[in-house]
Amino acid sequence: MTSDRPADAGDRRRLAPITAFTVAVALLALPLVGSSYLVSVATLALYLAYVGQAWNVMMGFAGQLSLGHSLYVGLGAYVAAGIFVHFGVGPWAGLWLAVAICSAVGAFIGLLAFRLRISGVQLSLLTVAFAELARIGFDHLDWFGGPGGLFLRVADRNHIDLLGFRGPPAMYYYAMLALAAGALGLCAFLLRRRPGYYWRAIREDEIAAQALGIDTFRWKMLAVVLSSAMTAIAGVFFAFYNNSLFPEQIFGFGRSIEIILGPVIGGLGTLFGPVVGAVALVLLGDGTTEILAKAGVELPGARQVVHGLLLLLVTIYLPNGLWPPLARALGVRPRRL
Amino acid sequence: MPLLEVEEVSKAFRGLRAVAGASFSVEGQSITALIGPNGAGKTTLFNLVAGVYRPDRGEIRLRGRSIAGLPAHRVCAAGVGRTFQLVKPFAGLSVLDNAIVGALNGERTVSGARARAVAVLERLGLSGKAEVAASHLTLADRRRLEVARALATRPSLLLLDEMMAGLRPTEIDELVGVLRSVQREEGVTILLTEHVMRAVMALADQIVVLHHGEVIARGEPASIVRDPAVLDCYLGEDAAAGEPGA
Repeated sequence: MTSDRPADAGDRRRLAPITAFTVAVALLALPLVGSSYLVSVATLALYLAYVGQAWNVMMGFAGQLSLGHSLYVGLGAYVAAGIFVHFGVGPWAGLWLAVAICSAVGAFIGLLAFRLRISGVQLSLLTVAFAELARIGFDHLDWFGGPGGLFLRVADRNHIDLLGFRGPPAMYYYAMLALAAGALGLCAFLLRRRPGYYWRAIREDEIAAQALGIDTFRWKMLAVVLSSAMTAIAGVFFAFYNNSLFPEQIFGFGRSIEIILGPVIGGLGTLFGPVVGAVALVLLGDGTTEILAKAGVELPGARQVVHGLLLLLVTIYLPNGLWPPLARALGVRPRRL
Repeated sequence: MPLLEVEEVSKAFRGLRAVAGASFSVEGQSITALIGPNGAGKTTLFNLVAGVYRPDRGEIRLRGRSIAGLPAHRVCAAGVGRTFQLVKPFAGLSVLDNAIVGALNGERTVSGARARAVAVLERLGLSGKAEVAASHLTLADRRRLEVARALATRPSLLLLDEMMAGLRPTEIDELVGVLRSVQREEGVTILLTEHVMRAVMALADQIVVLHHGEVIARGEPASIVRDPAVLDCYLGEDAAAGEPGA
Protein backbone atom coordinates (compact mmCIF):
# COMPACT_ATOMS: atom_id res chain seq x y z
CA MET A 1 0.00 0.00 0.00
CA THR A 2 2.51 2.62 1.11
CA SER A 3 5.63 2.98 -1.01
CA ASP A 4 8.09 2.83 1.85
CA ARG A 5 11.76 2.73 1.04
CA PRO A 6 13.22 -0.52 2.40
CA ALA A 7 15.28 1.25 5.07
CA ASP A 8 12.26 3.20 6.22
CA ALA A 9 10.15 0.04 6.42
CA GLY A 10 12.87 -1.65 8.45
CA ASP A 11 12.99 1.24 10.92
CA ARG A 12 9.26 1.08 11.32
CA ARG A 13 9.27 -2.66 11.89
CA ARG A 14 11.63 -2.12 14.78
CA LEU A 15 9.26 0.53 16.09
CA ALA A 16 6.42 -1.92 16.87
CA PRO A 17 8.12 -4.04 19.56
CA ILE A 18 9.65 -0.92 21.14
CA THR A 19 6.23 0.71 21.29
CA ALA A 20 4.65 -2.45 22.72
CA PHE A 21 7.33 -2.66 25.42
CA THR A 22 7.01 1.04 26.31
CA VAL A 23 3.21 0.80 26.55
CA ALA A 24 3.44 -2.32 28.74
CA VAL A 25 5.91 -0.68 31.14
CA ALA A 26 3.86 2.52 31.26
CA LEU A 27 0.66 0.58 32.02
CA LEU A 28 2.31 -1.44 34.79
CA ALA A 29 3.94 1.61 36.38
CA LEU A 30 0.96 3.95 36.07
CA PRO A 31 -0.53 3.49 39.60
CA LEU A 32 2.94 3.90 41.15
CA VAL A 33 3.60 7.27 39.55
CA GLY A 34 0.18 8.61 38.53
CA SER A 35 -2.36 10.55 40.56
CA SER A 36 -5.52 8.87 41.86
CA TYR A 37 -7.46 10.74 39.18
CA LEU A 38 -5.24 9.30 36.47
CA VAL A 39 -5.67 5.80 37.90
CA SER A 40 -9.47 6.10 37.88
CA VAL A 41 -9.49 7.44 34.32
CA ALA A 42 -7.13 4.68 33.17
CA THR A 43 -9.32 2.08 34.88
CA LEU A 44 -12.30 3.42 32.93
CA ALA A 45 -10.33 3.26 29.66
CA LEU A 46 -9.32 -0.35 30.34
CA TYR A 47 -12.90 -1.20 31.26
CA LEU A 48 -14.17 0.22 27.95
CA ALA A 49 -11.38 -1.55 26.07
CA TYR A 50 -12.44 -4.83 27.67
CA VAL A 51 -16.20 -4.59 27.03
CA GLY A 52 -15.47 -3.24 23.54
CA GLN A 53 -13.33 -6.30 22.87
CA ALA A 54 -16.14 -8.55 24.13
CA TRP A 55 -18.71 -6.83 21.92
CA ASN A 56 -16.31 -6.91 18.97
CA VAL A 57 -16.28 -10.74 19.09
CA MET A 58 -19.96 -10.74 18.16
CA MET A 59 -20.09 -7.79 15.74
CA GLY A 60 -16.55 -7.15 14.54
CA PHE A 61 -15.66 -10.80 14.01
CA ALA A 62 -18.97 -12.61 13.40
CA GLY A 63 -20.93 -9.65 12.00
CA GLN A 64 -23.88 -9.90 14.41
CA LEU A 65 -24.84 -6.42 15.64
CA SER A 66 -25.87 -6.21 19.30
CA LEU A 67 -27.13 -2.85 20.53
CA GLY A 68 -28.08 -4.26 23.90
CA HIS A 69 -24.84 -5.35 25.48
CA SER A 70 -25.65 -3.40 28.65
CA LEU A 71 -27.91 -6.38 29.34
CA TYR A 72 -24.92 -8.61 30.10
CA VAL A 73 -23.04 -5.95 32.08
CA GLY A 74 -26.14 -5.36 34.20
CA LEU A 75 -27.07 -9.01 34.66
CA GLY A 76 -23.50 -9.92 35.58
CA ALA A 77 -23.32 -7.03 38.05
CA TYR A 78 -26.71 -7.70 39.67
CA VAL A 79 -26.20 -11.47 39.98
CA ALA A 80 -22.81 -11.16 41.69
CA ALA A 81 -23.91 -8.20 43.83
CA GLY A 82 -27.22 -9.83 44.77
CA ILE A 83 -25.76 -13.02 46.15
CA PHE A 84 -23.01 -11.01 47.87
CA VAL A 85 -25.44 -8.66 49.62
CA HIS A 86 -27.98 -11.32 50.59
CA PHE A 87 -25.89 -14.44 51.15
CA GLY A 88 -22.39 -13.09 51.59
CA VAL A 89 -21.15 -15.09 48.60
CA GLY A 90 -17.87 -13.56 47.40
CA PRO A 91 -17.17 -12.21 43.93
CA TRP A 92 -15.08 -15.17 42.79
CA ALA A 93 -18.00 -17.54 43.23
CA GLY A 94 -20.43 -14.90 41.98
CA LEU A 95 -18.32 -14.55 38.87
CA TRP A 96 -19.08 -18.12 37.79
CA LEU A 97 -22.79 -17.71 38.40
CA ALA A 98 -22.83 -14.39 36.52
CA VAL A 99 -20.98 -15.91 33.57
CA ALA A 100 -23.29 -18.94 33.56
CA ILE A 101 -26.46 -16.86 33.64
CA CYS A 102 -25.27 -14.37 31.01
CA SER A 103 -24.12 -17.20 28.73
CA ALA A 104 -27.54 -18.81 29.09
CA VAL A 105 -29.35 -15.55 28.32
CA GLY A 106 -27.02 -14.93 25.35
CA ALA A 107 -27.67 -18.46 24.12
CA PHE A 108 -31.41 -17.96 24.47
CA ILE A 109 -31.38 -14.71 22.46
CA GLY A 110 -29.08 -16.32 19.86
CA LEU A 111 -31.28 -19.38 19.59
CA LEU A 112 -34.38 -17.24 19.21
CA ALA A 113 -32.80 -14.99 16.57
CA PHE A 114 -30.87 -17.53 14.51
CA ARG A 115 -33.56 -20.24 14.51
CA LEU A 116 -36.18 -17.71 13.44
CA ARG A 117 -33.69 -16.32 10.91
CA ILE A 118 -33.71 -12.87 12.48
CA SER A 119 -30.69 -10.89 11.35
CA GLY A 120 -29.44 -7.38 10.62
CA VAL A 121 -31.57 -4.55 11.97
CA GLN A 122 -34.15 -6.95 13.41
CA LEU A 123 -31.46 -8.74 15.44
CA SER A 124 -30.20 -5.39 16.76
CA LEU A 125 -33.70 -4.38 17.81
CA LEU A 126 -34.18 -7.73 19.53
CA THR A 127 -31.04 -7.15 21.61
CA VAL A 128 -32.27 -3.64 22.51
CA ALA A 129 -35.63 -5.10 23.52
CA PHE A 130 -34.04 -7.58 25.93
CA ALA A 131 -31.88 -4.88 27.52
CA GLU A 132 -34.92 -2.63 27.96
CA LEU A 133 -36.87 -5.58 29.36
CA ALA A 134 -34.15 -6.02 31.98
CA ARG A 135 -34.03 -2.30 32.77
CA ILE A 136 -37.77 -2.16 33.43
CA GLY A 137 -37.86 -5.60 35.05
CA PHE A 138 -35.14 -4.83 37.60
CA ASP A 139 -37.07 -1.72 38.67
CA HIS A 140 -39.67 -4.14 40.00
CA LEU A 141 -37.38 -6.70 41.59
CA ASP A 142 -37.23 -5.76 45.28
CA TRP A 143 -34.67 -8.47 46.00
CA PHE A 144 -32.25 -6.48 43.85
CA GLY A 145 -33.25 -3.17 45.45
CA GLY A 146 -35.58 -2.02 42.68
CA PRO A 147 -35.25 1.58 41.47
CA GLY A 148 -33.75 2.58 44.84
CA GLY A 149 -30.58 0.70 44.00
CA LEU A 150 -28.48 -2.14 45.37
CA PHE A 151 -25.54 -1.17 47.58
CA LEU A 152 -22.43 -3.12 48.46
CA ARG A 153 -20.81 -2.43 51.79
CA VAL A 154 -17.48 -0.64 51.38
CA ALA A 155 -14.79 -1.94 53.67
CA ASP A 156 -11.34 -0.55 54.36
CA ARG A 157 -10.13 0.95 51.10
CA ASN A 158 -6.47 0.71 52.03
CA HIS A 159 -6.39 -2.97 52.85
CA ILE A 160 -6.03 -5.35 49.92
CA ASP A 161 -8.48 -8.26 50.12
CA LEU A 162 -8.11 -10.23 46.91
CA LEU A 163 -10.64 -12.91 47.87
CA GLY A 164 -13.33 -10.33 48.60
CA PHE A 165 -12.14 -8.11 45.74
CA ARG A 166 -11.82 -5.18 48.07
CA GLY A 167 -8.90 -2.79 48.06
CA PRO A 168 -7.38 0.47 46.88
CA PRO A 169 -8.04 1.87 43.38
CA ALA A 170 -4.73 0.46 42.15
CA MET A 171 -6.00 -3.09 42.77
CA TYR A 172 -9.01 -2.48 40.55
CA TYR A 173 -6.75 -0.91 37.97
CA TYR A 174 -4.50 -3.96 37.83
CA ALA A 175 -7.50 -6.29 37.73
CA MET A 176 -8.93 -4.41 34.77
CA LEU A 177 -5.52 -4.33 33.10
CA ALA A 178 -5.31 -8.12 33.44
CA LEU A 179 -8.82 -8.54 32.04
CA ALA A 180 -8.19 -6.23 29.07
CA ALA A 181 -4.87 -7.92 28.30
CA GLY A 182 -6.47 -11.36 28.69
CA ALA A 183 -9.32 -10.47 26.33
CA LEU A 184 -6.84 -9.11 23.78
CA GLY A 185 -4.79 -12.31 24.02
CA LEU A 186 -7.86 -14.53 23.73
CA CYS A 187 -9.12 -12.66 20.65
CA ALA A 188 -5.67 -12.74 19.04
CA PHE A 189 -5.57 -16.49 19.65
CA LEU A 190 -9.08 -17.13 18.31
CA LEU A 191 -8.56 -15.00 15.20
CA ARG A 192 -5.64 -17.16 14.12
CA ARG A 193 -7.57 -20.35 14.68
CA ARG A 194 -10.62 -21.91 13.08
CA PRO A 195 -13.18 -19.71 14.93
CA GLY A 196 -11.56 -16.53 13.61
CA TYR A 197 -11.63 -17.72 10.01
CA TYR A 198 -15.18 -19.04 10.29
CA TRP A 199 -16.55 -15.94 12.03
CA ARG A 200 -15.06 -13.61 9.43
CA ALA A 201 -16.39 -15.81 6.63
CA ILE A 202 -19.89 -15.64 8.17
CA ARG A 203 -19.55 -11.86 8.56
CA GLU A 204 -18.62 -11.46 4.88
CA ASP A 205 -21.12 -13.88 3.30
CA GLU A 206 -23.15 -16.42 5.23
CA ILE A 207 -24.43 -18.39 2.21
CA ALA A 208 -20.91 -18.81 0.84
CA ALA A 209 -19.74 -19.85 4.31
CA GLN A 210 -22.37 -22.62 4.43
CA ALA A 211 -21.34 -23.84 0.99
CA LEU A 212 -17.79 -24.25 2.34
CA GLY A 213 -18.97 -26.64 5.03
CA ILE A 214 -19.44 -24.16 7.90
CA ASP A 215 -22.36 -24.84 10.25
CA THR A 216 -23.08 -21.11 10.53
CA PHE A 217 -25.72 -21.51 13.26
CA ARG A 218 -23.25 -23.22 15.57
CA TRP A 219 -20.48 -20.65 15.05
CA LYS A 220 -22.80 -17.66 15.43
CA MET A 221 -24.03 -19.17 18.70
CA LEU A 222 -20.45 -19.54 19.89
CA ALA A 223 -19.77 -15.86 19.14
CA VAL A 224 -22.86 -14.69 21.03
CA VAL A 225 -22.25 -16.91 24.05
CA LEU A 226 -18.55 -16.02 24.27
CA SER A 227 -19.34 -12.31 23.92
CA SER A 228 -22.02 -12.38 26.62
CA ALA A 229 -19.84 -14.43 28.98
CA MET A 230 -16.93 -11.99 28.59
CA THR A 231 -19.26 -9.03 29.15
CA ALA A 232 -20.65 -10.64 32.31
CA ILE A 233 -17.17 -10.51 33.86
CA ALA A 234 -17.09 -6.76 33.22
CA GLY A 235 -20.42 -6.54 35.05
CA VAL A 236 -19.05 -8.30 38.14
CA PHE A 237 -16.08 -5.93 38.11
CA PHE A 238 -18.41 -2.94 37.80
CA ALA A 239 -20.48 -4.05 40.80
CA PHE A 240 -17.51 -4.39 43.14
CA TYR A 241 -15.76 -1.30 41.81
CA ASN A 242 -18.78 0.99 41.83
CA ASN A 243 -20.50 -0.49 44.93
CA SER A 244 -23.93 0.73 43.84
CA LEU A 245 -26.23 -0.47 41.09
CA PHE A 246 -29.32 1.17 39.63
CA PRO A 247 -31.31 -0.39 36.76
CA GLU A 248 -31.52 2.92 34.90
CA GLN A 249 -27.79 3.54 35.18
CA ILE A 250 -26.55 0.09 34.19
CA PHE A 251 -29.10 -1.25 31.65
CA GLY A 252 -29.75 2.08 29.89
CA PHE A 253 -29.51 2.27 26.10
CA GLY A 254 -26.77 4.86 26.45
CA ARG A 255 -24.68 2.24 28.23
CA SER A 256 -24.96 -0.12 25.25
CA ILE A 257 -23.93 2.68 22.92
CA GLU A 258 -20.97 3.49 25.16
CA ILE A 259 -19.82 -0.12 24.78
CA ILE A 260 -19.84 -0.03 20.98
CA LEU A 261 -18.29 3.46 20.56
CA GLY A 262 -14.77 2.24 21.37
CA PRO A 263 -14.57 -0.53 18.75
CA VAL A 264 -16.35 1.62 16.13
CA ILE A 265 -13.99 4.57 16.62
CA GLY A 266 -10.93 2.35 16.97
CA GLY A 267 -11.71 0.03 14.07
CA LEU A 268 -14.48 -2.54 13.78
CA GLY A 269 -13.30 -6.13 13.55
CA THR A 270 -9.68 -5.31 14.30
CA LEU A 271 -7.80 -6.66 17.29
CA PHE A 272 -6.52 -3.34 18.62
CA GLY A 273 -9.48 -1.20 17.52
CA PRO A 274 -11.41 -1.55 20.80
CA VAL A 275 -8.30 -0.66 22.81
CA VAL A 276 -7.35 2.36 20.71
CA GLY A 277 -10.97 3.52 20.59
CA ALA A 278 -11.41 3.27 24.37
CA VAL A 279 -8.25 5.25 25.00
CA ALA A 280 -9.29 7.93 22.50
CA LEU A 281 -12.76 8.20 24.05
CA VAL A 282 -11.51 8.55 27.60
CA LEU A 283 -8.54 10.75 26.75
CA LEU A 284 -10.60 13.23 24.73
CA GLY A 285 -13.89 12.90 26.66
CA ASP A 286 -12.59 13.10 30.20
CA GLY A 287 -9.67 15.27 29.15
CA THR A 288 -12.07 17.93 27.90
CA THR A 289 -14.17 17.78 31.04
CA GLU A 290 -11.06 18.12 33.17
CA ILE A 291 -9.69 21.07 31.21
CA LEU A 292 -13.07 22.79 31.34
CA ALA A 293 -13.29 22.18 35.10
CA LYS A 294 -9.80 23.60 35.59
CA ALA A 295 -10.89 26.65 33.63
CA GLY A 296 -13.80 26.98 36.00
CA VAL A 297 -16.44 26.04 33.44
CA GLU A 298 -19.07 23.53 34.59
CA LEU A 299 -20.51 22.02 31.43
CA PRO A 300 -22.58 18.92 32.07
CA GLY A 301 -22.63 16.65 29.04
CA ALA A 302 -19.35 17.96 27.61
CA ARG A 303 -18.02 14.40 27.61
CA GLN A 304 -20.92 13.17 25.48
CA VAL A 305 -20.53 16.08 23.06
CA VAL A 306 -16.84 15.25 22.60
CA HIS A 307 -17.70 11.57 22.04
CA GLY A 308 -20.26 12.58 19.43
CA LEU A 309 -17.81 14.84 17.62
CA LEU A 310 -15.13 12.15 17.70
CA LEU A 311 -17.55 9.61 16.25
CA LEU A 312 -18.58 12.08 13.55
CA LEU A 313 -15.00 12.88 12.52
CA VAL A 314 -13.90 9.24 12.49
CA THR A 315 -16.95 8.18 10.47
CA ILE A 316 -16.27 10.86 7.87
CA TYR A 317 -12.47 10.78 7.60
CA LEU A 318 -11.46 7.32 8.87
CA PRO A 319 -14.34 4.93 8.13
CA ASN A 320 -12.13 1.98 9.09
CA GLY A 321 -11.31 3.54 12.44
CA LEU A 322 -8.26 4.99 14.11
CA TRP A 323 -6.26 1.76 14.28
CA PRO A 324 -5.44 1.02 10.58
CA PRO A 325 -3.55 4.33 9.98
CA LEU A 326 -1.97 4.09 13.43
CA ALA A 327 -0.85 0.53 12.66
CA ARG A 328 0.83 1.67 9.45
CA ALA A 329 2.59 4.48 11.32
CA LEU A 330 3.91 1.92 13.81
CA GLY A 331 5.10 -0.39 11.05
CA VAL A 332 2.62 -3.14 11.86
CA ARG A 333 1.34 -4.80 8.71
CA PRO A 334 -2.20 -3.42 8.30
CA ARG A 335 -3.66 -6.84 7.63
CA ARG A 336 -7.42 -6.85 7.15
CA LEU A 337 -9.09 -9.00 9.76
CA MET B 1 -21.21 -47.19 -9.30
CA PRO B 2 -21.53 -43.60 -10.59
CA LEU B 3 -20.25 -40.85 -8.30
CA LEU B 4 -23.51 -38.89 -8.44
CA GLU B 5 -26.96 -40.34 -9.07
CA VAL B 6 -29.98 -38.10 -9.57
CA GLU B 7 -33.12 -40.22 -9.62
CA GLU B 8 -36.60 -39.01 -10.57
CA VAL B 9 -36.06 -35.71 -8.78
CA SER B 10 -38.89 -33.19 -8.77
CA LYS B 11 -39.21 -29.74 -7.30
CA ALA B 12 -42.06 -27.25 -7.59
CA PHE B 13 -42.34 -23.66 -6.34
CA ARG B 14 -45.93 -22.68 -5.51
CA GLY B 15 -47.24 -25.12 -8.06
CA LEU B 16 -44.72 -24.13 -10.73
CA ARG B 17 -42.82 -27.23 -11.80
CA ALA B 18 -39.15 -26.27 -11.93
CA VAL B 19 -37.74 -29.80 -12.12
CA ALA B 20 -39.97 -32.74 -13.09
CA GLY B 21 -38.69 -36.27 -12.64
CA ALA B 22 -35.14 -35.54 -13.74
CA SER B 23 -32.72 -38.48 -13.78
CA PHE B 24 -29.07 -38.66 -14.73
CA SER B 25 -25.81 -39.88 -13.32
CA VAL B 26 -22.26 -38.61 -13.30
CA GLU B 27 -19.29 -40.96 -13.56
CA GLY B 28 -16.26 -40.30 -11.42
CA GLN B 29 -13.29 -38.41 -12.92
CA SER B 30 -15.43 -36.86 -15.65
CA ILE B 31 -16.90 -33.52 -16.61
CA THR B 32 -20.65 -33.30 -17.12
CA ALA B 33 -22.38 -30.20 -18.45
CA LEU B 34 -25.99 -29.42 -17.59
CA ILE B 35 -27.44 -27.27 -20.37
CA GLY B 36 -30.82 -25.99 -21.47
CA PRO B 37 -32.66 -22.80 -22.38
CA ASN B 38 -33.38 -20.14 -19.74
CA GLY B 39 -35.97 -21.40 -17.28
CA ALA B 40 -35.26 -25.04 -18.07
CA GLY B 41 -34.58 -25.78 -14.37
CA LYS B 42 -30.78 -25.97 -14.47
CA THR B 43 -30.22 -23.72 -11.49
CA THR B 44 -32.94 -25.42 -9.45
CA LEU B 45 -31.49 -28.86 -10.17
CA PHE B 46 -28.05 -27.51 -9.33
CA ASN B 47 -29.29 -26.11 -6.03
CA LEU B 48 -31.05 -29.40 -5.22
CA VAL B 49 -27.72 -31.21 -5.51
CA ALA B 50 -25.93 -28.47 -3.51
CA GLY B 51 -28.38 -28.70 -0.61
CA VAL B 52 -30.00 -25.30 -1.07
CA TYR B 53 -33.42 -26.94 -1.64
CA ARG B 54 -34.94 -30.23 -0.56
CA PRO B 55 -36.48 -32.22 -3.45
CA ASP B 56 -40.26 -32.82 -3.31
CA ARG B 57 -39.69 -36.30 -4.71
CA GLY B 58 -36.80 -38.40 -5.87
CA GLU B 59 -33.36 -39.27 -4.59
CA ILE B 60 -29.88 -37.77 -4.90
CA ARG B 61 -26.94 -40.01 -4.02
CA LEU B 62 -23.25 -39.33 -3.75
CA ARG B 63 -21.22 -42.55 -3.85
CA GLY B 64 -24.43 -44.43 -3.07
CA ARG B 65 -25.28 -42.36 0.01
CA SER B 66 -28.30 -40.06 -0.01
CA ILE B 67 -27.57 -36.34 0.24
CA ALA B 68 -31.07 -35.15 -0.72
CA GLY B 69 -32.36 -32.54 1.70
CA LEU B 70 -29.15 -32.24 3.73
CA PRO B 71 -28.28 -28.65 4.73
CA ALA B 72 -25.62 -26.99 2.56
CA HIS B 73 -22.78 -27.35 5.07
CA ARG B 74 -23.37 -31.10 5.39
CA VAL B 75 -23.54 -31.53 1.62
CA CYS B 76 -20.11 -29.89 1.53
CA ALA B 77 -18.86 -32.18 4.29
CA ALA B 78 -20.12 -35.16 2.26
CA GLY B 79 -17.81 -34.11 -0.58
CA VAL B 80 -19.60 -31.58 -2.77
CA GLY B 81 -17.96 -28.20 -3.44
CA ARG B 82 -19.79 -25.44 -5.29
CA THR B 83 -19.31 -22.02 -6.87
CA PHE B 84 -21.87 -19.26 -7.26
CA GLN B 85 -22.76 -17.60 -10.55
CA LEU B 86 -23.16 -14.31 -8.71
CA VAL B 87 -19.76 -14.62 -7.08
CA LYS B 88 -19.68 -14.49 -3.29
CA PRO B 89 -16.10 -13.78 -2.28
CA PHE B 90 -15.37 -12.92 1.36
CA ALA B 91 -14.67 -9.41 0.12
CA GLY B 92 -12.85 -8.07 3.16
CA LEU B 93 -10.50 -11.06 3.44
CA SER B 94 -7.36 -11.67 1.45
CA VAL B 95 -7.41 -14.18 -1.41
CA LEU B 96 -5.33 -16.56 0.72
CA ASP B 97 -7.70 -16.26 3.71
CA ASN B 98 -10.64 -16.97 1.39
CA ALA B 99 -8.98 -20.21 0.35
CA ILE B 100 -8.00 -21.09 3.94
CA VAL B 101 -11.67 -20.88 5.01
CA GLY B 102 -12.47 -23.52 2.39
CA ALA B 103 -9.44 -25.65 3.21
CA LEU B 104 -10.40 -25.80 6.92
CA ASN B 105 -13.25 -28.10 5.87
CA GLY B 106 -10.85 -30.97 5.36
CA GLU B 107 -7.94 -29.97 7.59
CA ARG B 108 -7.53 -30.18 11.35
CA THR B 109 -5.14 -27.27 11.75
CA VAL B 110 -4.86 -23.80 10.29
CA SER B 111 -1.28 -24.51 9.18
CA GLY B 112 -2.49 -27.58 7.27
CA ALA B 113 -5.28 -25.52 5.74
CA ARG B 114 -2.79 -22.82 4.79
CA ALA B 115 -0.62 -25.33 2.94
CA ARG B 116 -3.66 -26.68 1.11
CA ALA B 117 -4.83 -23.15 0.27
CA VAL B 118 -1.42 -22.17 -1.13
CA ALA B 119 -1.40 -25.28 -3.35
CA VAL B 120 -4.92 -24.60 -4.61
CA LEU B 121 -4.18 -20.94 -5.40
CA GLU B 122 -1.12 -22.08 -7.33
CA ARG B 123 -3.30 -24.45 -9.37
CA LEU B 124 -5.78 -21.69 -10.18
CA GLY B 125 -3.04 -19.22 -11.08
CA LEU B 126 -3.82 -16.89 -8.17
CA SER B 127 -0.55 -17.25 -6.23
CA GLY B 128 0.60 -13.76 -7.16
CA LYS B 129 -2.56 -12.26 -5.68
CA ALA B 130 -2.64 -14.23 -2.41
CA GLU B 131 -2.32 -11.15 -0.20
CA VAL B 132 -4.72 -8.98 -2.21
CA ALA B 133 -8.17 -8.30 -0.73
CA ALA B 134 -10.76 -10.36 -2.62
CA SER B 135 -12.75 -7.18 -3.29
CA HIS B 136 -9.92 -5.94 -5.54
CA LEU B 137 -10.05 -8.89 -7.99
CA THR B 138 -11.42 -8.72 -11.53
CA LEU B 139 -14.53 -10.77 -12.32
CA ALA B 140 -12.42 -13.45 -14.04
CA ASP B 141 -10.19 -13.74 -10.97
CA ARG B 142 -13.19 -13.80 -8.64
CA ARG B 143 -14.51 -16.78 -10.60
CA ARG B 144 -11.13 -18.46 -10.17
CA LEU B 145 -11.27 -17.68 -6.46
CA GLU B 146 -14.71 -19.33 -6.29
CA VAL B 147 -13.20 -22.48 -7.80
CA ALA B 148 -10.13 -22.29 -5.54
CA ARG B 149 -12.24 -21.95 -2.40
CA ALA B 150 -14.54 -24.83 -3.35
CA LEU B 151 -11.60 -27.00 -4.44
CA ALA B 152 -9.84 -26.29 -1.15
CA THR B 153 -12.62 -28.18 0.69
CA ARG B 154 -11.32 -31.36 -1.02
CA PRO B 155 -14.57 -32.23 -2.80
CA SER B 156 -15.09 -35.40 -4.80
CA LEU B 157 -17.73 -33.54 -6.83
CA LEU B 158 -17.26 -29.91 -7.89
CA LEU B 159 -20.37 -27.97 -8.94
CA LEU B 160 -19.63 -24.98 -11.19
CA ASP B 161 -22.52 -22.56 -11.78
CA GLU B 162 -22.23 -20.50 -15.00
CA MET B 163 -18.49 -19.91 -14.64
CA MET B 164 -18.12 -18.20 -17.99
CA ALA B 165 -20.99 -15.70 -17.83
CA GLY B 166 -19.74 -12.18 -18.47
CA LEU B 167 -16.16 -13.18 -19.27
CA ARG B 168 -14.21 -12.16 -22.38
CA PRO B 169 -13.37 -14.90 -24.95
CA THR B 170 -9.68 -14.95 -23.95
CA GLU B 171 -10.66 -15.25 -20.27
CA ILE B 172 -13.02 -18.11 -21.18
CA ASP B 173 -10.28 -20.00 -23.03
CA GLU B 174 -7.88 -19.55 -20.10
CA LEU B 175 -10.47 -20.74 -17.58
CA VAL B 176 -11.32 -23.78 -19.75
CA GLY B 177 -7.64 -24.74 -19.68
CA VAL B 178 -7.47 -24.25 -15.90
CA LEU B 179 -10.59 -26.35 -15.31
CA ARG B 180 -9.27 -29.17 -17.50
CA SER B 181 -6.04 -29.33 -15.53
CA VAL B 182 -7.91 -29.05 -12.20
CA GLN B 183 -10.09 -32.03 -13.15
CA ARG B 184 -7.12 -34.13 -14.25
CA GLU B 185 -4.62 -33.30 -11.54
CA GLU B 186 -6.96 -33.10 -8.55
CA GLY B 187 -8.89 -36.18 -9.68
CA VAL B 188 -12.13 -34.33 -9.06
CA THR B 189 -15.44 -34.86 -10.85
CA ILE B 190 -17.12 -31.78 -12.28
CA LEU B 191 -20.78 -31.00 -12.87
CA LEU B 192 -21.33 -27.61 -14.46
CA THR B 193 -24.15 -25.49 -15.84
CA GLU B 194 -23.15 -23.30 -18.72
CA HIS B 195 -24.59 -21.08 -21.42
CA VAL B 196 -21.35 -20.57 -23.32
CA MET B 197 -21.45 -23.49 -25.76
CA ARG B 198 -17.81 -23.11 -26.74
CA ALA B 199 -16.80 -23.85 -23.15
CA VAL B 200 -19.28 -26.72 -22.89
CA MET B 201 -17.95 -28.39 -26.06
CA ALA B 202 -14.36 -27.92 -24.93
CA LEU B 203 -14.89 -29.33 -21.45
CA ALA B 204 -17.73 -31.84 -21.28
CA ASP B 205 -17.38 -35.61 -21.47
CA GLN B 206 -21.13 -35.85 -21.06
CA ILE B 207 -23.94 -33.38 -21.70
CA VAL B 208 -27.33 -33.48 -20.00
CA VAL B 209 -30.01 -31.36 -21.69
CA LEU B 210 -32.85 -30.01 -19.58
CA HIS B 211 -36.08 -28.57 -21.00
CA HIS B 212 -39.16 -27.60 -18.98
CA GLY B 213 -37.62 -29.36 -15.99
CA GLU B 214 -37.19 -32.67 -17.79
CA VAL B 215 -34.09 -34.37 -19.13
CA ILE B 216 -34.68 -34.57 -22.88
CA ALA B 217 -31.27 -35.87 -23.92
CA ARG B 218 -27.98 -37.04 -22.45
CA GLY B 219 -24.81 -38.32 -24.01
CA GLU B 220 -21.49 -37.37 -25.52
CA PRO B 221 -21.17 -33.85 -26.96
CA ALA B 222 -20.86 -35.12 -30.52
CA SER B 223 -24.16 -37.00 -30.37
CA ILE B 224 -25.96 -34.23 -28.43
CA VAL B 225 -25.33 -31.60 -31.10
CA ARG B 226 -26.95 -33.92 -33.67
CA ASP B 227 -29.94 -34.87 -31.50
CA PRO B 228 -33.09 -33.58 -33.26
CA ALA B 229 -34.94 -32.90 -30.00
CA VAL B 230 -32.06 -30.84 -28.69
CA LEU B 231 -31.63 -28.93 -31.93
CA ASP B 232 -35.32 -28.20 -31.93
CA CYS B 233 -35.65 -26.79 -28.43
CA TYR B 234 -32.27 -25.34 -27.66
CA LEU B 235 -29.35 -25.47 -30.02
CA GLY B 236 -31.52 -24.50 -32.95
CA GLU B 237 -31.77 -20.87 -31.93
CA ASP B 238 -28.08 -20.68 -31.06
CA ALA B 239 -27.01 -22.46 -34.25
CA ALA B 240 -28.96 -19.91 -36.24
CA ALA B 241 -27.35 -17.04 -34.33
CA GLY B 242 -23.84 -18.43 -34.74
CA GLU B 243 -21.37 -18.71 -31.87
CA PRO B 244 -23.21 -17.72 -28.69
CA GLY B 245 -21.93 -16.37 -25.41
CA ALA B 246 -19.20 -13.97 -24.41
